[in-house]
Amino acid sequence: MDNSQIYERYQRQMILKGFGESGQQKLLHAKVLVIGAGGLGCPVLQYIAAAGVGTIGIVDDDIVALNNLHRQVLYSVSDIGLLKAETAARTLRKVNPEIKIIPYNERLTTENAFRIIENFEIVIDGTDNFSSRYMINDACVLLNKPLIYGAVSQFEGQVSVFNVPEHGSKAAVNYRDLFPDPPKENEVANCAEAGVLGVLPGIIGTMMANETIKLITGIGESLANQLLTYDALTNKVYQINLSARKETRSLIPRNQAEFLETDYVSVCSSASTESEIDPDTFDSLIEKGGVDVIDIREAHELPEADEFLNIKIPLAQLEDNSDLIKSDTVIAFCQTGKRSLQATRILSGIFGDKKKIYSLRGGILEWKKQKQ
Amino acid sequence: MAINIILFGQLSEIAGSSLSLKNVTDTDNLVKELHNLYPALSDAKYVIAINKKMVTENTAITENSTVALLPPFSGG
Repeated sequence: MDNSQIYERYQRQMILKGFGESGQQKLLHAKVLVIGAGGLGCPVLQYIAAAGVGTIGIVDDDIVALNNLHRQVLYSVSDIGLLKAETAARTLRKVNPEIKIIPYNERLTTENAFRIIENFEIVIDGTDNFSSRYMINDACVLLNKPLIYGAVSQFEGQVSVFNVPEHGSKAAVNYRDLFPDPPKENEVANCAEAGVLGVLPGIIGTMMANETIKLITGIGESLANQLLTYDALTNKVYQINLSARKETRSLIPRNQAEFLETDYVSVCSSASTESEIDPDTFDSLIEKGGVDVIDIREAHELPEADEFLNIKIPLAQLEDNSDLIKSDTVIAFCQTGKRSLQATRILSGIFGDKKKIYSLRGGILEWKKQKQ
Repeated sequence: MAINIILFGQLSEIAGSSLSLKNVTDTDNLVKELHNLYPALSDAKYVIAINKKMVTENTAITENSTVALLPPFSGG
């Protein structure tokens, strides 16, 4: 793209005081990785692509579902069932064909994290679970990459910028300064369980895009060493100054080898994973017969599971209705496999070792993804 | 002396979004008192900020201070 085309496309931000041609050049040369192309990732991607961030990586192994569309604004009904990273990349290329967009249709793991993150200068965390958030934080600390953080719950959101020393100070805080250890799985509800107002990740994601653009161009004051919280119901913003904790460094793996050894998934899960089964095992158990499959989701939750016989008992009523379960083998499932793990603990409490109790790993969403 | 406490996210479902406590002198003291009043808070993780500044160890709380309790969110 020659200079006149650059000016033509980006003139409304290039004429801003303090931004100018040099700000635009910084954006065009920047390499930003967005992990999670969901409620937060979509607005982040939309705005950084439109603003002209030159290279954008998108990591997500999930597929588009109908219940994503109320907040994941890059996707349409015709995208349901398609990979998010690839679909987002295709949409963004239409918005801005001049920039480079690299989709990674994989889940970020300790094995691929370094290989992927190393190619970028700034990382944006738009994931929806604690194990990914702690893994991303630790990788960014080890690789010394600025991390733009955002998270939402129900009507509230948080934004911060980690691993960037605040102006005039040497110390940079990271996520573990704020919350040293991951909460156990049941301590904090996620969006699937607690719900989220669709516009909220839109607001928080747009703030994350703003922090990214400010960090690259050097304009304004960043949220480095600050945590901003926003309440969509009251419009109240509350901002606190963060401080480093002495013990934080000892909680983070010392190097890549230690990072590879860290099991972020079970650190965030209080349950033993032995009772989890994958979709193939699930199918073969059903085929063998003598199995009660329990849908422990609330009555209104979608997608419906009508491909196999199941008994509907919402998690909260499980204890009172355990007499509905007759077979010696029981498989609980929910949306993503989290609440069904809770269900296995409740059922183990009731039946002890009289029954074999399993949870469908990845929930009905993963089952449908693999089987359809 | 009274201090104001504001709670964010799901902590507010346990103890309300704001409350006032008397005879609290430092953060250890405050945490103990809150966990007595609202036992469910002792299972929750949160960061404490006094007058919008995060604290990492036991810190004195002066009169009319506002103490914020902020939990982690995982949603995206």
